[in-house]
Amino acid sequence: MSRFWYLLSLAGKSAWNRKNTLVLVIFSIALSTTLLIGLERVRSQMRENFIQTVSGTDLVVGARGSSLQLLLYAIFHLGGITNNMGWDSVRRIASNREVAWAVPISLGDSHQGFPVVATTRDFFTHYHYQRDKDLRFAQGEPFAGIFDVVLGAGAARKTGYALGGKLTISHGSGRSGLTEHADKPFSVTGLLAPTGTPIDNSLYISLEAMEAIHLGWQGGAPLPGVHIQPERVLKFGLTPKSVTALLTGLKSRARVFAVQREINDDQHEALTGVMPGVALDQLWAMLHTGETALLLISGLVTATGLAGLVSAILAGLGERRRELAILRSAGASPRDIVTLLSLEGVLLMTAGVLFGLAMLCLLIAGLGPLLAESYGLGLRLSPPERGEWILLGGIMAVGFLASLIPALRAYRLSLADGLSVST
Amino acid sequence: MILAGGDRGGGPAKTPAAGGQEFQRDAVLLKDLVFFWPGQARATLRIPRFAVPSGGKCLLSGPSGSGKSTLLSLIGGILTPNAGSVTVGGQVVNTLAGARRDAFRGDNIGFIFQQFNLVPYLSIRENVLIPCRLSARRRARAAERGGSPEKAAAFLLERLDMAPNLWRRPVTKLSVGQQQRVAAARALIGSPPLIIADEPTSALDAEHRLDFLRLLIQECESARASLIFVSHDQSLARIFNWHVRLAELNTAGA
Repeated sequence: MSRFWYLLSLAGKSAWNRKNTLVLVIFSIALSTTLLIGLERVRSQMRENFIQTVSGTDLVVGARGSSLQLLLYAIFHLGGITNNMGWDSVRRIASNREVAWAVPISLGDSHQGFPVVATTRDFFTHYHYQRDKDLRFAQGEPFAGIFDVVLGAGAARKTGYALGGKLTISHGSGRSGLTEHADKPFSVTGLLAPTGTPIDNSLYISLEAMEAIHLGWQGGAPLPGVHIQPERVLKFGLTPKSVTALLTGLKSRARVFAVQREINDDQHEALTGVMPGVALDQLWAMLHTGETALLLISGLVTATGLAGLVSAILAGLGERRRELAILRSAGASPRDIVTLLSLEGVLLMTAGVLFGLAMLCLLIAGLGPLLAESYGLGLRLSPPERGEWILLGGIMAVGFLASLIPALRAYRLSLADGLSVST
Repeated sequence: MILAGGDRGGGPAKTPAAGGQEFQRDAVLLKDLVFFWPGQARATLRIPRFAVPSGGKCLLSGPSGSGKSTLLSLIGGILTPNAGSVTVGGQVVNTLAGARRDAFRGDNIGFIFQQFNLVPYLSIRENVLIPCRLSARRRARAAERGGSPEKAAAFLLERLDMAPNLWRRPVTKLSVGQQQRVAAARALIGSPPLIIADEPTSALDAEHRLDFLRLLIQECESARASLIFVSHDQSLARIFNWHVRLAELNTAGA
C-alpha cells in the first residue's frame, strides 16, 4: 500500500512539475465537466419546473379532445382548443361530492400579447405550483370590482403597469391587428409575486368581466349600433355560458381515477378529464429526443477534453523515458510504471472535474438569479443529484480508461528501453 | 575456461571462483549465457562463464555497441537470457517471475548510469531515497545503518562531498559531477550487495573522473558491495581488482 502512495506522490510531483502545460488540459476537462453537469442540472430543473407548473390540481376538465392540447392551453396558454365546456357541466362537476374545489378559467383575449385569463377569486387560493407553493401578491389584492385586473410578475415588469394603472384588453390573442375592448378599461388591483410558471406572463380578470366586455359582441366583432356603457353592464346576466376549462381538486386524491372516469363518461356533455402530472410526464417523454441530443453533444465535448489529456501525457512520455528507466533500475516493475502513469491521468481528471464543479457553482451563484427572472428557471446550488453522480462517475471512469492509453504506452516503452535509454 | 581476471590490479590476489559449488561467494555468476535480441539471427551475447567474486571490483570494458548495456540488463533481470543462467548473490535471477525479478533488483542492485541519472521533479534527497521507497529491504538496511532512511541519505550525500547547502537546489541545476554523486548515493543507499555503474564517468573531465571513482570505490568498500564498472576508458584498470574485456568474454562474435 505504501508503494501505491509513493507512486501517487510521484505522479502528483511529476504533474506539478509540468503544471504550465497541464493547466490547459485541466481547464478543458473542467469546461467539459461544467458543460455536462450544468446541462444535466438545467435539464432536471427544467423538468421539475415544467412538471411542477401546476400542483394540487387533481383534474383539469375541458370539452372532449386531446388531453395534451387541453393541458397546454389551460395551463401553459399554448396553442388553442376548438370547444369550450358548458357552464352546466361546470356546476355539475363543482357539486360532485368528491370534488373539494373547482375553479373555471376562460381564455381567448390578451393584452400586449400577454394572455388574459378569466377566472374566479378562488383561483388565487387554490392554484399551487412546485408542490405546495401558493400564489402570493407582491402588491395589492385579487380583483373585486367588475373591471379589475391582476397582473403576473413578468407581465407587470414588462408592461410597467403599477397598482391603479388603466389598461384595455384586446379581443383575441396575438400582437397586432386586434380589436380593442376600448370602451371598457380595467384598473390594476394586484400584482403577483414571481412564480417561474406561465402565470407570470398572464393577466387575470373575473369571469363576469370577460362576459361584460363581450356584451354586444357577436362572432368576434362588436354588433354595429349596439354599445353598452361600462356602468350598465351589471344590469345584464354576466354568468358565462361556457368556459375553456375547469381546474378541480378532490377531497381524496385516491378517488382521482374514479372521478376521471365519471367525467369522461358524462351523459350530458362530451368531456375530458386530465391528470396534469400524468399528461406533463407524457409530454416530457416526447421531448426526450432533444435531451438525448444535448447529452450526446456534451459527451462529445468531454471526449475532446479527454483526448487533450491523453495527448498531453503522451507528449510528455518521450522526455520521461529516462525517468522511467531510473525507477525501473530501483526496483519498479512495469506494472508500477502503468500505475504511475494512470495515476497521473486520474489526478489530472480529478483536478479538472473538481475545478469544473467549482466553476459550475460560481456560474449558478452568479447567473442563477438572472435565469430565474428571465426564464423562470430556478437553478439552485445543491449537492449533485443522482443523475449528476452518474455522469460524474461516468467522466471519471472514462478518464481512467483514457489514462490507460499513455500508461500502456509507457509500459511498452519501459519494457523495450529497460535501463538503457539513449538520450 | 575464460576467467574474469585478465589484468589484475593492486590489492590482494583473490582467485576468482572456479567451481559451481562456490557460487555463493560470487556476487555475479553467468553460465552458458546466450542472448538474442528478438528478430535478430545472430546472438548478441554468448558468454560461457563470467564471475565476479563477492566484494570484487570489476572493470568491464568494450567498444560501444559491443553489448555492455545488454549484459547489465541481463544481470539486473530487466532482460532474460535465451539460454544459460544468471545468478546474483546466489539467487538464480532468470527463472524468477517478472515482478519477483524487479523486486530482487530493487533489493540487491544499485545502478548508476552514464548521465541524466536523476528524476527532474524530485529533490536531491528524494532522488537518493527512491530505492528505499520501492524496496522494503533497502529501507530497512538504510534505517539500520543511518537511524532512518532520510538520515542515511544525508550521511551518504555528505560522504560523497555533497554539502547540505546544495540539497535544496533543483536537481536540474546541479553540475554533471554533482548529479553523478547524487546518483552514487542513490545506488549505495540501503547497502545493496551489488553496484552496477554504466559509464558513470564518461561525462566528467579527467580530474573529476578520478575523484568520483575514488569516492565510489571507497563507499563500495565500506558497504562491502561488489562493483561492476563499465567503461571504455582502459586507463582506469589499475584501480580495479579485475579488468574484463567484453570481447574476451563474449564468443558470439567469434
